[in-house]
Amino acid sequence: MDGRSLMRFNRVNEHEVNLPQTVRIREIREETRTIRSFVLDVELEGSVPGQFIMLWLPGVDEKPMSIAWPAPLTVTVARVGPFSAALHQRKEGDRVGWRGPYGRGFSLLPERPAVLIGGGCGVTPLYFLAARAVEQNISTIVALGAHTALDLPYVERFRALHGVELVLTTDDGSLGRRGFVTTVVSELLDQAPLPPAIYACGPEPMLVALYKVCRERNIPGQFSLERYMKCGFGVCGQCALDGLLVCRDGPVFDAAQLDGLHEFGQYQRSAAGRRLPLR
Amino acid sequence: MEVDLSTTLCGVRLPNPTVLASGILGLSHEMMVRVARCGAGAVTSKSCSLKPRAGYPNPTVLEWGPGLINAVGLSNPGVEVMVEEIQAAREKLTPLGVPVIASIFAETIYEFGTIARFISEARPDLIEVNISCPNIDDRYRLMFAADPYVAAQVTRRVKQNTDIPVLVKLSPNVTDIVRIAQAVVEAGADGITAINSVGPGIILDIETCRPLLAHGSGGLSGPGIRPIAVRCVYEICKAVDVPVVAVGGVTTGRDVVEMLLVGATAVGIGSAVYYRGIEVFRMVCEELREYMERNGYRDLGAFRGRALAYAL
Repeated sequence: MDGRSLMRFNRVNEHEVNLPQTVRIREIREETRTIRSFVLDVELEGSVPGQFIMLWLPGVDEKPMSIAWPAPLTVTVARVGPFSAALHQRKEGDRVGWRGPYGRGFSLLPERPAVLIGGGCGVTPLYFLAARAVEQNISTIVALGAHTALDLPYVERFRALHGVELVLTTDDGSLGRRGFVTTVVSELLDQAPLPPAIYACGPEPMLVALYKVCRERNIPGQFSLERYMKCGFGVCGQCALDGLLVCRDGPVFDAAQLDGLHEFGQYQRSAAGRRLPLR
Repeated sequence: MEVDLSTTLCGVRLPNPTVLASGILGLSHEMMVRVARCGAGAVTSKSCSLKPRAGYPNPTVLEWGPGLINAVGLSNPGVEVMVEEIQAAREKLTPLGVPVIASIFAETIYEFGTIARFISEARPDLIEVNISCPNIDDRYRLMFAADPYVAAQVTRRVKQNTDIPVLVKLSPNVTDIVRIAQAVVEAGADGITAINSVGPGIILDIETCRPLLAHGSGGLSGPGIRPIAVRCVYEICKAVDVPVVAVGGVTTGRDVVEMLLVGATAVGIGSAVYYRGIEVFRMVCEELREYMERNGYRDLGAFRGRALAYAL
């Protein structure tokens, strides 16, 4: 056994272990009525924005979650189904398990202004990304959209980022401009002083629209996708998107990788592996 | 020196001896095609049953150092979907000369015949009969591969319902794997795949005092079980005269050589996809080629079975 795997075997470095480690929830923050952040009692150094962890609720299930912030490790979760409902019932001090980080995250292009576009709860990894872009002195515009103000977390945190231009949209006009975030993207792209790059995370129809914008304008785009997962590290094939694995080849894909895929924006897979129309 | 890596498995030619093992990536034709393009000599689809199965909740697959532990619970989209996937995979892979192996399982001996007939509609090059999944719930409490009589009955049932060559996949978790191997060969198995995962085993989270896998226990695979697999393949190859697909922890070309030395005809690769990525098939073939060149072997027959001369 080489040194690295011996270390893994003895768990000298917890962050390199793929077995779930249970840790206490240090803090729970109410972001909106339906969205909460869970700050775990662990520092996850060396992860990249867009990567994910597998979050385990003992006795319930385990699901992939975007890293909203690495140190302390934070996930921000909307209450949408049985797993997130169970997570929302957890209290500070309760134990949850995590393993990771997994997957390929965003890769900031230093020579291009960054246009970050987030939808709903998908905005949280973009906050991590925006913070990195600011550190690297990359000119950054952030456009966030959601159905209503209640579906949009992290607004104050984005506002507090220095030197980031923030545009907000809601479908009902309860916050920022009324309409889809995708409709303001063209304006933003026209405004950008240099040819920009798009970094997006949110509902897949939004990502499909942005992918088309990238291809039409011939600008680079990176898109964070989501699929049902089992292993999270590229062996079970459950998260296949055509011939790509969302867990290992993604979850962040370049526009060119999405060219010609017939499942992108169309199909997802169930736990049984049946192809289902994307809701 | 020109080195020939090809092998013939139950009359089916494989361009090289590496086979994508069942349960790894083989859920869709797109992934099977990608694995073949990454150099696999054959691909096996994920085991399917008559009806779709969601399997167990997560965690289902974990990595713990010496290998993986899994209790997926035989999740699969059902045979109807898999027939389409296998047909689509064959359309793409037959021109590349890469055969497709369809893995099947059932809840009763009788049902094995039904699913064999059903899956044969997809015309896979080979059928692999999974009678050895260790992650069985109460209904399956008796693993078919645990009993020579039952294993033989399943084999006979499948053979009566298909004209496609049949591999039977055996479990290492038995007192005497040779007896099971002999029983399925006598019942008409064209070949044997050995071994399925070892165990089952349990890993706990000591803070919450719970097993990490949602199912509790799970089968072990990966480098840590390889010596067990080598021993099983050795014993089977000594005892029976059908081709064996050796599966269990194979990660490098060296491991492939080891399996061929104990008599394997082809070698399954599964967990190594985690350790080395999908490119593992090409890497392993390069390592195998390097070994053969170094030793002056022109083809696999030049050294296959050489270790069988040495008594256990």
